[in-house]
Amino acid sequence: MDEDRWIEVDGLHKIYRPRRSRPTHALSDITFTVRRGEFVSVVGPSGCGKTTLLKILAGIVPRSEGTVRVADRDVTGPLPEVGMVFQAATLLPWRTILQNVMVPVEVRKLDTRVYRERAKRLLGMVGLDGFEGTYPHELSGGMQQRAGICRALVHDPAVLLMDEPFGALDAMTREYMNVELLRIWRESGQTVVFVTHSIPEAVFLSDRVVVLSPRPGRIAEIVDIGLDRPRALAAMASDRAGVHVARIRAHFSIAGVIDS
Amino acid sequence: MKRLRVDLRERPELLLVPAVFVVVMLAWEFAVPAFGVDDYVLPRPSQILDALRTQLADPLFWGHLKVTVLESLYGFLLGVGAALVLGTAISQVRLIERTFMPYVVAFQTVPKVALAPLFVVWFGFGMTSKVVMAAVISFFPMLVNVIEGLRSADADRIQMLTVFGAGKFQVFRMVRLPSALPFLFAGLDIGIVFSILGAVVGEFIGAKEGLGYLLLQTNYNFDIAGMFAVLVVLSVLGLIAHFVIRFAQKRLVFWAEENRVLGA
Repeated sequence: MDEDRWIEVDGLHKIYRPRRSRPTHALSDITFTVRRGEFVSVVGPSGCGKTTLLKILAGIVPRSEGTVRVADRDVTGPLPEVGMVFQAATLLPWRTILQNVMVPVEVRKLDTRVYRERAKRLLGMVGLDGFEGTYPHELSGGMQQRAGICRALVHDPAVLLMDEPFGALDAMTREYMNVELLRIWRESGQTVVFVTHSIPEAVFLSDRVVVLSPRPGRIAEIVDIGLDRPRALAAMASDRAGVHVARIRAHFSIAGVIDS
Repeated sequence: MKRLRVDLRERPELLLVPAVFVVVMLAWEFAVPAFGVDDYVLPRPSQILDALRTQLADPLFWGHLKVTVLESLYGFLLGVGAALVLGTAISQVRLIERTFMPYVVAFQTVPKVALAPLFVVWFGFGMTSKVVMAAVISFFPMLVNVIEGLRSADADRIQMLTVFGAGKFQVFRMVRLPSALPFLFAGLDIGIVFSILGAVVGEFIGAKEGLGYLLLQTNYNFDIAGMFAVLVVLSVLGLIAHFVIRFAQKRLVFWAEENRVLGA
């Protein structure tokens, strides 16, 4: 397996063709690779197709053209090597937190006993030990999203896809979750593709940031962040971080789009 | 004692509901003679209570009660079971939906009660015609709720399961069915009350036993207090059925934000 091309997207186009209206060109000629263990963010203005890109990687939206490979496999449907965190935590309200985290194990019919231990360990890692038996509505939004992250990691996927996972949280919780996510990522070692519309968040988290232009989404630039790891929130005050943020933001100001 | 006082402050209805009952009964009791209404036209609550006591002591009454309960229960199970099967098929298979939905809509507009004489002709004076009536009348509210409930599943939750590799049946079992539970219980709740209604209507048309038959008998005999007593029994029957369903619902659908109800 080629660890430098752990995720490979080559010449990807996505055109939506609704039956009763004109086709929409959502993604145009997207080409990039992600190394194994790398943290890559995708930023872009609303409607640039960044969520579509993630759904194509997750295998739930078919591509129109091009190559998409994840962990050396052609993506033609949902792969067991992939875990995903969604915009809303989308926990099932009739299941306890532990039962929610176990959903991928149940769906893929993996060994429940082995993975239940892993699920409990993950819940402990995100500070949810003791909440295994509680129901989602008893938890705060941040806690629910942490359970959602555990669910995405429980079957030990090679790749973690995250679709604006902290967008619904307040600013303080969001910063805290960013720090938490980096810690979890350091411990679990997954390859992460993280979609966000917050440029500072992308810079803080990522090794590289893929900048998408407004519709049709094409790659405007891929920015190497190169800040030292492990990162604390203070890293965001550094000049280098500031330069990156300004540079990425410039893409959208030129296009006349204002976004965070 | 202290705990009781706190409970009442938080839930004043615990005191107010019985209070209203007592006030209305007292007013009724004294208004009937005060306005010079004849007892046999509108009996006083105390007379209804007497009539009820007499009936409860009569073994024949318990026979009537048993018949109506069984008719309602069998009809309910039959109607609700059929609605579950057809509703699931309609909500999951597009072709079945397109074929049968027009008939469902058409039959829904038929006043089901008007079918009762027909059922008596077809199925006789025994229990069968009432069971069929109860089944038909509880079928439609359940069917509507099954279809609507199985369609109510949140698209994001379905997408989440799909990403993790779930197939159609897993999605059905893990998301669609639990999401439908509040609707299913709404259907069961309406259905059980309707099935009693169906059984009684069936007994009105032609029967040799049952509470509906008893109601007609008391009516012919101008035993209005006795009629009221039967009505009280029927109401209690409906209440018990309703609370059994509610109890099961609270246990099973504890997670629901709100229970949306679809009527017939």
